[in-house]
Amino acid sequence: MKIKNFVKKAFVVTCCISMMGAMLSGCGKKDDKTVEENKTVETNKTTEDKKLTGTITMVGSTSMEKLALAVAEDYMAKNSGVTVNAEFVGSGAGIEAVINGTANIGNSSRNLKEEEKAAGAVENIVAIDGIAVVVNKANTVKAVTKDQLVGIYTGTIKNWSELGGNDSPIVVIGRESGSGTRGAFEEILKVEDQCVYANELDNTGAVMAQVAATEGAIGYVSLDVVDDTVNALAYDGADATAENVKSGIYSLSRPFVMATKGEITEQSELVQAFFDYLKSEEGKAIIQQVGLVTVD
Amino acid sequence: MKLEKPQSKQESITKSYQTRSADRIEKIAQRIFTVCAFVAVIAVASITLYMIIKGVPAIFQVGLTEILFGTVWKPSAADPSFGILYVILTSIVGTTMAILIGVPIGIGSAIFLTEIAGKRVAAIIQPAVELLAGIPSVIYGLLGIIILNPLMYKLELVIFKDSPMHQFTGGANLISAILVLAIMILPTVISISSSAIRAVPVQLKNSSLALGATKMQTIIRVILPAAKSGIITAIVLGIGRAIGEAMAISLVSGSVVNIPLPFNSVRFLTTAIVSEMSYASGTHKDVLFTIGLVLFIFIMIINLSLNRILKKGEKANGA
Repeated sequence: MKIKNFVKKAFVVTCCISMMGAMLSGCGKKDDKTVEENKTVETNKTTEDKKLTGTITMVGSTSMEKLALAVAEDYMAKNSGVTVNAEFVGSGAGIEAVINGTANIGNSSRNLKEEEKAAGAVENIVAIDGIAVVVNKANTVKAVTKDQLVGIYTGTIKNWSELGGNDSPIVVIGRESGSGTRGAFEEILKVEDQCVYANELDNTGAVMAQVAATEGAIGYVSLDVVDDTVNALAYDGADATAENVKSGIYSLSRPFVMATKGEITEQSELVQAFFDYLKSEEGKAIIQQVGLVTVD
Repeated sequence: MKLEKPQSKQESITKSYQTRSADRIEKIAQRIFTVCAFVAVIAVASITLYMIIKGVPAIFQVGLTEILFGTVWKPSAADPSFGILYVILTSIVGTTMAILIGVPIGIGSAIFLTEIAGKRVAAIIQPAVELLAGIPSVIYGLLGIIILNPLMYKLELVIFKDSPMHQFTGGANLISAILVLAIMILPTVISISSSAIRAVPVQLKNSSLALGATKMQTIIRVILPAAKSGIITAIVLGIGRAIGEAMAISLVSGSVVNIPLPFNSVRFLTTAIVSEMSYASGTHKDVLFTIGLVLFIFIMIINLSLNRILKKGEKANGA
């Protein structure tokens, strides 16, 4: 009898495993996504003496998703009593939510408009997203203006000789549709959906490699990944450096704003602590980790 | 077993116990194997179902004709459009051209391997072909970037020297993708068509030679027609491999939605999904699943036609 039972069990277990295998092979992708979309990350670490509890709601820019999720996760890991909820619906909607009081923080990847400020929103710039325009090492062009860059990316300037460089055609390299860097680049130059790309690569590394390998190539990448395999062009007379981004001379950048209704000092203790964290060394480390320039 | 005379009571019990447990093991093993067989069936069924569930909603949101026959792909624009006609055309043109280049070379080397090459030469080529089949597709892509793209760029610079309208792609174009695909389908075509050629009865070949036909005449007029169904299978499997390939061509094709002209940067059905899935959301993501569904249907059609060819071949052989 014992053997019979054992065999029966073994059979059932084998069946179950096989079935699960089959199910997983069909639905694996879906499960991954659900986990990813679940923006709230719970942790059980306790490091702080003074225990903060409560929920911070963040609503806004999709471009700031990476930053918002990174700081939310890290902050929650350090303050177990706090839950940071982040929603990504767009800059405008985020600021509106803050003004209406439905969110504590409105994420915006642009400066606030006058009417938004008038309605009580306060612009707190937490980080700056800088974009570097990179070209092949052999390229003699060292600087571009905004108009020239627009011309290159919309296809009206086709040869480097038009910019005083070698007689070599311009190979316009960009990122795929939906990429945050592409969104920022096209938004700053105001060339949304008018760009004529010769290559749409799906990651920063590929852009760097292609630019490094192709004479005449031009591409854009996040400022922090620029290395000596390519040349970063000066834009409107300013070199592409983190300092110039901070000081505002290098304008191929956009602010990441976490707007609040009224000054930070008027916010709840919880929200104030969150902004303190963003300004701390820990917070800055996270901001730099996601490829952004910190503000002082 | 029951006919055996029991020697003692104790022994008979043990024996019947052993037989019964042996029978049970037989049955259990049989069931386990049945379950294993169903894993594949369940996987296919769930994938089909999943692709339909995920791929159909976008058709209703955007409109079938707009997706299939639209030529503008601007998925994240303020006024988005999701036309994938050029993407479908690229996949068809790319695959066809790769087959036109790869199949003759593949069949040629299969003939060489089976009919012409001496044992020593075959002993070098055979493993080389097998090795080619085992190389990961990303390696083909990397080689394409290093070798093909710079060559193509030089060619591009020469050909389009005086045409101001051409957009230079730096060598990442349809031709590069086709060449990579053509090489990638070689092992499939070679191994299947050489086994088809080997399966041709020796009598056919011998009678042809006896009638005074030369070796080449025999190969072209007798052996190849006799191996026809096997060779067609090789071609269809080659098409399947080419149309489903993503990694290698995503590296060499430039990945911009364009009309599939030789020096244009192009995007295939597979690379369309791969390159935009990571950041896509909303309708954009749904349309990517629809592209997956289109690809899935393409591959189903290829497989069904393969089945039909195989059945026909069996009938022909049977008769």
